[in-house]
Amino acid sequence: MQNTGFMQQPFEQFVRALRAADVPVSVAEVIDATEVIAAVGYEDRQLLKDALALTVAKSEDEKDRFEIAFELFYARTEFRDEFEAWDDPTQDQTQKDADSDCEPDGGDGGDADGSGDGDGSAQGSQGGEGSVPGMQSDLADMILAGDGEALASALEAAAVEVGAANIKVFTQRGYLARQMLDQMGMRDLERMIAALERESGEEPEEGSKLDALSRGRMQLFNEARDYMERQFELYARAAGQQFREEFLETTSMANIPPRDFDIMSRIVRRMAKKLASKYMRRHRRAKRGHLDVRRTLRRNMAHDGVPFETVWKFQEISKPSVVAICDVSGSVAASSRFLLMFLYSLNEVIARLQSFAFSSHMVEISDDLEDHAIEEAIPAILQKIGFRSTDYGQMLRDFRDEHLDSIDRRTTVIVLGDGRTNDADPEAQIMKQIYERSRRVIWLNPEPETFWGTGDSEMPRYRPYCHVAKTCNTVKQLERIIDDLLRSSVRA
Amino acid sequence: MSNSSKEIHLASVDKIIEGLGSASYVASRQIATAILIAQNLDKPILVEGSAGVGKTELALSTAALLGLPLIRMQCYEGLDESKALYEWKYGKQLLYTQVLKDKIGDVLQGAVGLRDSMTQLHQFSDVFFSEDFLEPRPLLKALQHDDGVVLLIDEIDKSDEEFEAFLLEILSAFQVTIPEIGTIKAKTPPIVFLTSNATRDLGDALKRRCLHLFIPLPDAKLEEQIIAARVPEIEARLRRKLVSFVQQLRDLDLKKLPSISETIDWARVLVLLHAEDLTPEMVRETLNVLLKFEEDIQGAHNKIPEMLRQAEKVAEHGIHAATI
Repeated sequence: MQNTGFMQQPFEQFVRALRAADVPVSVAEVIDATEVIAAVGYEDRQLLKDALALTVAKSEDEKDRFEIAFELFYARTEFRDEFEAWDDPTQDQTQKDADSDCEPDGGDGGDADGSGDGDGSAQGSQGGEGSVPGMQSDLADMILAGDGEALASALEAAAVEVGAANIKVFTQRGYLARQMLDQMGMRDLERMIAALERESGEEPEEGSKLDALSRGRMQLFNEARDYMERQFELYARAAGQQFREEFLETTSMANIPPRDFDIMSRIVRRMAKKLASKYMRRHRRAKRGHLDVRRTLRRNMAHDGVPFETVWKFQEISKPSVVAICDVSGSVAASSRFLLMFLYSLNEVIARLQSFAFSSHMVEISDDLEDHAIEEAIPAILQKIGFRSTDYGQMLRDFRDEHLDSIDRRTTVIVLGDGRTNDADPEAQIMKQIYERSRRVIWLNPEPETFWGTGDSEMPRYRPYCHVAKTCNTVKQLERIIDDLLRSSVRA
Repeated sequence: MSNSSKEIHLASVDKIIEGLGSASYVASRQIATAILIAQNLDKPILVEGSAGVGKTELALSTAALLGLPLIRMQCYEGLDESKALYEWKYGKQLLYTQVLKDKIGDVLQGAVGLRDSMTQLHQFSDVFFSEDFLEPRPLLKALQHDDGVVLLIDEIDKSDEEFEAFLLEILSAFQVTIPEIGTIKAKTPPIVFLTSNATRDLGDALKRRCLHLFIPLPDAKLEEQIIAARVPEIEARLRRKLVSFVQQLRDLDLKKLPSISETIDWARVLVLLHAEDLTPEMVRETLNVLLKFEEDIQGAHNKIPEMLRQAEKVAEHGIHAATI
C-alpha cells in the first residue's frame, strides 16, 4: 500500500495511453481500477492484466485495444538483463564519491535541455581533477557496472522529463530520443568516450573500457529510439487516425479522395451500426400512464368488471420502408455512393429498401447492391449509367411508368440530387404524385441552400413536394438525417 | 456459515477455477479473475459473448459453488419495475377495502365533522401500502435474502433502455427505493451477473458500474476440457477429434458459429448413437446439432471429408487445431 504513490503516476500514464487507443476510461473507472490494483497487486502480471481489462475495457473491441496498449505500455526497456558488467582490475572506484548530486532524477532539471548542459559542464570541471583524464559520468558508471535496472529507471525518468508521452507525429521520435539521452547525461558520456579515443587511438581494444562504453552508448541509442517508437504507438498513432476520421466526417463527400474510401466505408459502417443498434430492438413502446380502458375491461370481465388487472396502451414502432433515388451524375456521384453504403448497412432496421440510380435514365439497382459487396457494386453501377448529364424529368417519368406502385403510405422516399435539370422539363407534377402517395419525401441536396434555384436548379419547384429538403454534404449530415428517418417511423 | 465457505472458495483465482471445476464448469483465468474482483469490490459482472458460450451457466455454477440460492430474472422487451422489483398486491388491497368497509364506522367513531374524521383516518392510511401488500419480484427478493444470493439478470440487452437506467441504483448501491415505504438495502450484497448477447450496445452508465467480462469461443484445449467435464462418457480420442472438427468449422464463413453448448450437445448425441469414430456419414446426419441454418449446413457439407482428415491428424498427434 505504501507504494501506491509511486505507482499512481505510471497508472495515470496508462490511462492516457488507453484513451489515446480509443478505450474511453471514465474517472469513476480510474477509481475502480485503482481499487482493483490495490486488491490484486502488481506481482502477478497476468492477473493484473485480466483484472484491469475487466474494469476499464467494456466491449470486445476495447478488450483487443486494451491488450495491445497494455503489452506496449508494460514492455519495459530491454537492457535490464542483457547488460554485462565490465570488469576492470585497474580501476579503483574513484568515481563513486561524486555521483550523489548529478544526473538521474529530474528534480533540478525542470527545464529540460539547458540545465542538463549546465550540469554537464560543471561536472566536467569537477571531474577534471580526478585520476581519469575524461570526466565524470553517471551514465558511464551505470554502463560499466552493468546496472540495467538503473539505466531503465533513468531512461524512464528522462522520458517523463522531456515529455515523451506528448509525442504527436512519427518524425518527432528521433528528436525526442536524443533529448531523453541528453537528459540522462549522454553528453558527458560522449565526452568521456571522445577522451578515451584520443588516449587509445582509433581502434578500441576488445574488452577495454572504451569498447564497453561505446557498445553501451549504441545500446542506449537503440533503447531510447525503441522507447520513443512505443510511445508513439501508445499515444499518437490512434489519435492521428481519429483525427483523420473526424476530418473526413465533416469533409464534403465530393472532395474525398478515392484513397480514403476505405476509411470512409469504415466510418459509414460504424455510424450505421450505431444507428442500427439504437433502433433495432424496439417494436413497441409503452405509452406510459395511458390506460387501455377497452382491453382492461375485457380482461377483467371475470372479476365482474372490477379492474384487478390493468392493461396499458403502447405504440407500435414500425421499420421504415425506403425507396432511395440517387443521382449518379458527376457532381453528386460521391454523395450517392455514401448514401447507398449507409442505407445498405442498415438492413437490420429497414424493412424494405429499393434503390434506383439515374443520370439521364433511371434503373433499379437493388439487385446489384444485394448480390455484390457495396464497394464493388457501386463503381460498376457508376460505370454503367453514371457520369452523364442529368435529366430529372426523364427520371421522374421513368419512375412513374414503372415503379410508382412500389410507393405506399408507409414508404419514405429519399431523393439525392442537386436538382439541376439541364433546362429540361422538371415534371414537378410527378413529384407531387410521389409526395401524395408516400409517407415522407426527403430530398437531400449536396449544394448549400443558397444555391437552390440559381441557374438550372429546379429545387424551388420540387421543394413544395418534399416533407424535408436538406443540404447533405458530409457524412456527418447524412448520419443525422438517417437518424431522423429512423426515429420518425413511429406509427401513431 | 455460507460467508466462510465463500471466503474459502473465493480466496484466489486458482481456488475459483478449482471450485468451478468441481461444479463441472471449466473456467478460464479471465473468468475466475472476474469473480474474484467482483467479490472483493462488490461489483456486478456484465458477461458478454455469443449465445451458448456459457454465460448463464457461469452464474448457475457460481451459485452451486457457493451454495447460495440463485435468483434469475429473464429480461425481455417491455419488462418494467412492476415485474422486476415489486408490485402492490392490488387484488388483495381491493379485497381488504371491501371487507373492512364495515369497520370504517368503528374507526370514525366519535369523530365530529369532516376534519376530525380525516385526522382519524390518517392514522390508518398507510396500512394498505405496507410490506404486507408488497409482492416482491426477483430483484427485491434478491435484496431481502439474509445470506446473500447469486442474482442472474439474463439477457439485459433485450430489455428497454428505461429498465437499464432503473437497474443502476440496485447495481451500484444494492438498494432500491420504493416511494411508499422507503429505501430497502440489501442485507448481504448479492453476487450479480448480467448477461448480454450484444444485440445492442448497453448504456455507458450501466457498463461503468459493472465489471465487463467477455467470454470468447474457447480454444481447442479449453474446449476439450469442457467436453471432458460435461460429457465424461465420451472416449478421449473421439473427443479430441470432435473438438478439432468444431474448431475448423468455426473458421468457415458461417451465419451462426457453433458455440460450446452446441459442441456439448453434439458430443452427447455421439455418445447416444454409440459412435466409435467420426465418419463423414455420421457427421452429415448429425450436423444439424451444430449448425442451425440450412445454408450453413449446405455450405459445410462438401468440406466435411477434408475437415475430418485434418481432425484425424490432430487426434493422432495430439496437436490442437488452433496451432496448425
